[in-house]
Amino acid sequence: MAYSDKVLDHYENPRNVGTLDKNDPNVGTGMVGAPACGDVMKLMIKVNDSGIIEDAKFKTYGCGSAIASSSLVTEWLKGRTIDEAYAIKNSEIAEELALPPVKIHCSVLAEDAIKAAVADIKAKQAAKETA
Amino acid sequence: MANIYFDHNATTALDNSVLEAMLPWMTNQAGNPTSRHVFGRSARDAVEHARAQVAEACGAYTSQVVFTSCGTEANNFAVKGIGAIKTAAIARQILTSAIEHPCVTRPAIAMQQHGYVSQKIMVDANGKVDLDKFKLQLNTPTGLVSVMLANNETGVIQELSAIAEAARSAGAFMHTDAVQALGKIDLNFADLNVNAMTISSHKIHGPQGAAALVVDKKLDIQPLLHGGGQEKGLRSGTENVAAIVGFGAACELAISNRANFAAHTTALRSQLEQGLQELNVSIFGKQVARIPNTSFFAIDNIEGETLVMALDRKGYAVASGSACSSDSTEPSHVLLAMGVPADVARGAVRVSFGAHNTAAQVASFLATLNNEILRLKQLTAIAA
Amino acid sequence: MSASLEMPVSKHAEDSMHPIYLDYSATTPVDPRVAAKMIPYLTEDFGNPASRSHPYGWTAEKAVENAREEVAKLVGADPREIVWTSGATESNNLAIKGAANFYSGKGKHIITVATEHKAVIDPVRELERQGFEATFLEPEPNGLVDLEKFKAAIRPDTVLASVMLVNNEIGVIQDITAIGNICRENGVIFHVDAAQATGKVHIDLDKLPVDLMSFCAHKTYGPKGIGALYVRRKPRIRIEAQMHGGGHERGMRSGTLATHQIVGMGEAFRIAREEMDLENARIRRLSDKLLHGLETMEEVYVNGDLEHRVPHNLNISFNYVEGESLIMAVKGIAVSSGSACTSASLEPSYVLRALGRSDELAHSSIRFSIGRFTTEDDVDYTIELMKSKIDKLRELSPLWEMFKDGIDLSKVQWAAH
Repeated sequence: MAYSDKVLDHYENPRNVGTLDKNDPNVGTGMVGAPACGDVMKLMIKVNDSGIIEDAKFKTYGCGSAIASSSLVTEWLKGRTIDEAYAIKNSEIAEELALPPVKIHCSVLAEDAIKAAVADIKAKQAAKETA
Repeated sequence: MANIYFDHNATTALDNSVLEAMLPWMTNQAGNPTSRHVFGRSARDAVEHARAQVAEACGAYTSQVVFTSCGTEANNFAVKGIGAIKTAAIARQILTSAIEHPCVTRPAIAMQQHGYVSQKIMVDANGKVDLDKFKLQLNTPTGLVSVMLANNETGVIQELSAIAEAARSAGAFMHTDAVQALGKIDLNFADLNVNAMTISSHKIHGPQGAAALVVDKKLDIQPLLHGGGQEKGLRSGTENVAAIVGFGAACELAISNRANFAAHTTALRSQLEQGLQELNVSIFGKQVARIPNTSFFAIDNIEGETLVMALDRKGYAVASGSACSSDSTEPSHVLLAMGVPADVARGAVRVSFGAHNTAAQVASFLATLNNEILRLKQLTAIAA
Repeated sequence: MSASLEMPVSKHAEDSMHPIYLDYSATTPVDPRVAAKMIPYLTEDFGNPASRSHPYGWTAEKAVENAREEVAKLVGADPREIVWTSGATESNNLAIKGAANFYSGKGKHIITVATEHKAVIDPVRELERQGFEATFLEPEPNGLVDLEKFKAAIRPDTVLASVMLVNNEIGVIQDITAIGNICRENGVIFHVDAAQATGKVHIDLDKLPVDLMSFCAHKTYGPKGIGALYVRRKPRIRIEAQMHGGGHERGMRSGTLATHQIVGMGEAFRIAREEMDLENARIRRLSDKLLHGLETMEEVYVNGDLEHRVPHNLNISFNYVEGESLIMAVKGIAVSSGSACTSASLEPSYVLRALGRSDELAHSSIRFSIGRFTTEDDVDYTIELMKSKIDKLRELSPLWEMFKDGIDLSKVQWAAH
């Protein structure tokens, strides 16, 4: 299968690999996918008090396109608000990386990871407010 | 002694440029086209390039070209695979012309074990399908019709689009064995209006080991070989990359040479047949359109096989019938179907020219033929 | 004209356009000696079909019969028991459909194994569509067939069993002597797909209780597009032809097969017979070296039995690393994940699934297959490459992190998508 240069770049030099402290109230974690499906994506975002994503880290078990998709979104997320992050569509990821049709699900997974991470941070914030 | 090859309808020598194209794939290129690493991908690219060359040569889309190991396989695939299509399987009659190669008729007969009825389509004295009689046969529900485009022995070309039109409007699927037509006449899959068409590599200076069934993908044709799912599931088995590459190169060569080939072999044949008329020889199918390189004739009271042997000893390679039946002494089934008496049919000789034959070769052949006929007639007279 | 007879062995492994070839189970390069023997049959007068009385005409015919003898010799058969085909897929189709159809009057049940090649599985499936019944035996976790389970699968109406000698994905060697004896006792015709076995294990059909055996050239340093089917003469096994026409190969397989390819298969099998023992010893050393090198990493699992196995194959799962990304990472070597025939799909290997491997392990498997032109340097390079890339991918892998944190992944509730 031919990969685009952008996929290869992200795959060879993945950005923002790693983890954040998941117990930090300002850190949201999204883990999506399943080993059975051949891909698991873990995305962590750190959000400051004005709702802007300061840092993003990922780890991904999956094919090159899955790794590239998650690496790309960590770049995109930094500096955005969580609402802006929530609005990221898989089609934008697929287009940016020129993913072939059989790899579109990787971009879907990346979008799901963002949504899961945002949901997690929102849940944490809600818990903090009620507490 | 001469060493002259006049048997191009049987098989052709590999062209040097085709061999050049094949060599890397016979030696230092390792890949299996199914593998995803660079070895596999380059083998895949080579196969797909060849597919485009083959498609171009016969007016088909690349997606319609299914590679097989030989023409026999492609014909078996067509007859059995189309016969197994649901709509074809309901209409249980399979019609094949009386002048088909055994690799079309035998699979049709084999289908009788599965409840099909195989019937022959008759031809007229010129070896052409009798359309009116054929149309009557179509009154019986028919699943498949197979008629070859150009006959290997006589070279006679059928009015295939009319046959296909009749077959298809009667609800039958239409296959043609176009092995002898490729490279010799303009061949266009779409114009022929057939559902499937067989072509082969070694008749056009390509290698043995590659052929193709060109098939309309709207057809739910069933594979002959099941397995790894190569050729989009229609022909499993690791692709014979070297032979396929050679087939592609041979197709490209055939197309670029076709006009010259036709003019050249037409001239040689005119020269031959003019000479034959002086020898009081009957030429089969002369009244109708033939592929330009083929002449099939018989000399009264001379056994064809004996004459072929005699000519062979003088260095002329010609055929007494089709190469596949050369071990048998049966008279040509093609001639019998044309109503030629068995004793005349036994005297039949086929000359099929190639691009490298010359007028001088034809002239010397005619002289040798004359001598041999005289000699053999004497022998026969003594024996009698 | 001069043919370049260089091997595809890379001297520049770093260059991803010229990786080290470790995919000999998918196909082997043609041995230069084989190519040299083939080429004259394509050129000069050898290829000229000029006549039956022409000496070159006999040369071609004699060459075909010599090749038939070479094939027969490698496997302890009589040359008259060898039928040429276009390859192992056709041999398997001909054997399975041909025997099942011929003997269908005796019964319509077939036994095979879930880990067979698709070229066995799919013809059996096709027969099922035609009214046969089939049992697909599950192998043991080591990939081997349990003889008792095999015996238990036999029914009064069982006509045919098909079990491969050497598995293409995991290299395990089945006990076909024992399985064949069970078949004999029960009057079941026994077919063996030996496409991956020739030149790797000794085959003596004179003694083996096998009725039909499939071979191909291109897994044993011969050309693609040519294979053979062994059809036993004593006691005589009958098969129904699957390809009809001119009546070649005593009516069992019509159609012209290329002389040069037949010659190539004969030469390839001759070399295999003469060099097998030496070659296998060398490959065993390389294989052991590769395995020991890779086993220094954690969470590395060999798929398939290590004892009943050809040394040419090492199928290894690297836990917590996804297979496709792994293949992408190891561009310096040409390997396959699962069988070549299924690599176009994203499905995990059905062979590994049949062994009971989890999806993750199946997904993270790589088949290394070693062959005639593999060098010690190639193996050293491969070990180093694998170590560095596995480290990198595990660094990226959330599953590895969880494993290191002591989390039991089987207890995790995954959000499947």
